[in-house]
Order: sequence, then C-alpha cells, then structure tokens
Amino acid sequence: MKRLVVGAHYGLMDWLAQRVTAIFMAVYTLIMFAATLGGAASSREAWHALMANGFIRYLTFLFIISLCYHAWVGVRDIWMDYVQPAAIRVTLHVLTLFALVGYAGWAVQIIWRL
Amino acid sequence: MTNAVQMRTFQFRIYRYDPDQDAKPYMQDISVECDPMDKKLLDAMVKLKAKDDSIAFRRSCREGVCGSDAMNINGKNGLACLTDLSTFPAGKPIVLRPLPGLPVIRDLIVDMTQFFKQYHSITPYLINNDPPPQHERLQSLEDREELNGLYECILCACCSTACPSFWWNPDKFVGPAGLLAAYRFIADTRDQATSERLDNLEDPYRLFRCHTIMNCVDVCPKGLNPTKAIGKIKEMMVRRAV
Repeated sequence: MKRLVVGAHYGLMDWLAQRVTAIFMAVYTLIMFAATLGGAASSREAWHALMANGFIRYLTFLFIISLCYHAWVGVRDIWMDYVQPAAIRVTLHVLTLFALVGYAGWAVQIIWRL
Repeated sequence: MTNAVQMRTFQFRIYRYDPDQDAKPYMQDISVECDPMDKKLLDAMVKLKAKDDSIAFRRSCREGVCGSDAMNINGKNGLACLTDLSTFPAGKPIVLRPLPGLPVIRDLIVDMTQFFKQYHSITPYLINNDPPPQHERLQSLEDREELNGLYECILCACCSTACPSFWWNPDKFVGPAGLLAAYRFIADTRDQATSERLDNLEDPYRLFRCHTIMNCVDVCPKGLNPTKAIGKIKEMMVRRAV
C-alpha cells in the first residue's frame, strides 16, 4: 500500500487568483454590456471599432487570460475532488493546461486580428 | 385521581446494519409511544431501545455537550438530544441514518477514526515555549473575544460528515471541524506557533478543498460557523504572503 502524502504547500495564490480574476471578469462583462447598450453591437463596423480600440483590446486580452486562469483553477479543483488515481489526475491536469493555453492563444489571435 | 396523559406515537425508519449478521444494510420500521415528558428525539430513542434492544446508537450526556449522538435525522445531520420531538410532522416517519461518509460499525454507530485523525493533524493544543507564569496566561478582553464561536465545538462530526469535500477526500482534507479547531489556535494570542500552523494548512488538499459549500454552517448543532473560520485562515495566509 502506498503511503498517503499531503503538504504540497501551494494553493493560496491559485485561490486568490481565482477570486481576483472573477472580479475582473465581472467588471469586464459590465463594461461590454454598457458598450452593447451604447450601440456597439448594432453593426459589424460598430463592433469592429469597439474591438479596435486599444483600451478595449487591453481589457479583452486580460479577460481571456483571466478566464483561462480561472478555468484552470476550477477544472483542476474538479479533478482533485473526484479523481483519486494520481496518474489519471496528472494526465487530466496536463490535458486541461494544453487545452486552456491553446484556447488562450487562439482567442488572442482572433481579437488582435480584428 | 389520575391525570389523562396524552401519549403520542412516533413512527421511525431506522438504518440497521450489523456486519456480523447482515449481508447489507436495511431500513427498519418501528414505532414508539411517547408521553409529554419526552421532549427530545433522544428520549424517544431511549424508549425505542427499551422496545428493541438490538438497535445500537451512541449517547452520553443527553444535553448537547458530549456530541455522541450525532446522526442523520430526516436527511440532515444533528444531535438527537438537541432535536425537539415537536418539530417532526405527524404522519411521517422519522428517518434515522448514521452520519454519512464514515464507515458504519453497527446501526447508527460510525467509525470516527478518520475524523479524529484530521483533528489531531492540526495540533489541537496551545503551543507556548515561554515558562508558564505562576497563575495563568492572561489575554485582553478583545483577544479573548476572538475565540468565541471557536472553542465551543464539541467534535460531534455533524459538520465534517455533511461536507461533500470531506466525503471525497476524507484522508487529505482536514474538514470543517478540524479547520475550525485550527483557527481556534491560530487566533489565540497565547499561541506561538501561528506561522507553523499556517504552513501546516497551506496545501491544496488540507485547506483548499473547502469550496464554501457551507453545509457545515447549516448543520452545526452549536450554531458555529466553520466557513467563516476557514475564510479567516485564508485571509491570514494572504496577509502573510502579500
């Protein structure tokens, strides 16, 4: 029987980052909602102009990074909660990281192409 | 002269399992007559035990101090000795099960080893290396105030066994009862091992399996708030780190 080990001494920064990214995403959502009410989604040109704005690009980039970090902590928590065998867990962690990093790059490319 | 005593019959559905005799657990229907002097669920259970002495459950102080008679009452963890019989609706059986998530020894008696192992892992005693003063280590009123809502825990395990995170990782997650006790010593100004205690808990499993589900707060028979204590531990860790 394998001995149980705990004491990895991490988790605080992830826990804190999950909360900080949640607040940022909530604020970003409100900004985009306000922009939409202001007519930013009325035509492709209006939407393009919004997303071409440097400040909005900056916020959108942060949003994508926040979403991926937030999802990483959340999905990793699900694996840690429910998946007991360490080999399967580490595989799922790696696959999750690959997927999220890939999505982040893809999303940034789409935004910066606009 | 005789007083007409109004008896009330209570229907019970009780989880029964004797590993020496039963292949698997089953629910037993049984009823018991109670008189107006029987106020609490435990009173009815003592009568039940007199009727069928094969039913096994723990109880001791019968007043919410020892924490022995914690069980799952109609789907919610609680102490039988603190649960009013008058709160049960008539016509519906009272369903009693052992605390969820822990191995059943017999009927309503569970094996608490895992629970106490987690409790012991947080060094639940004051650590102070200064020579003890002649009388006692005094605290200011404000410092003592911080321990209210922490020291009252009776370790009945209602909270930890209501916590889904403790169900999934009972060997690695300290659980609400253990974390409440941990904060009781972290918050104590007389304790000198605060940083070591925080080190001991700073772990993705030991502390950060708490997802603020708050079942612990919902069921605590003493009205304590382990979620708040866990939040304060995290807050101290943040203050230490940034």
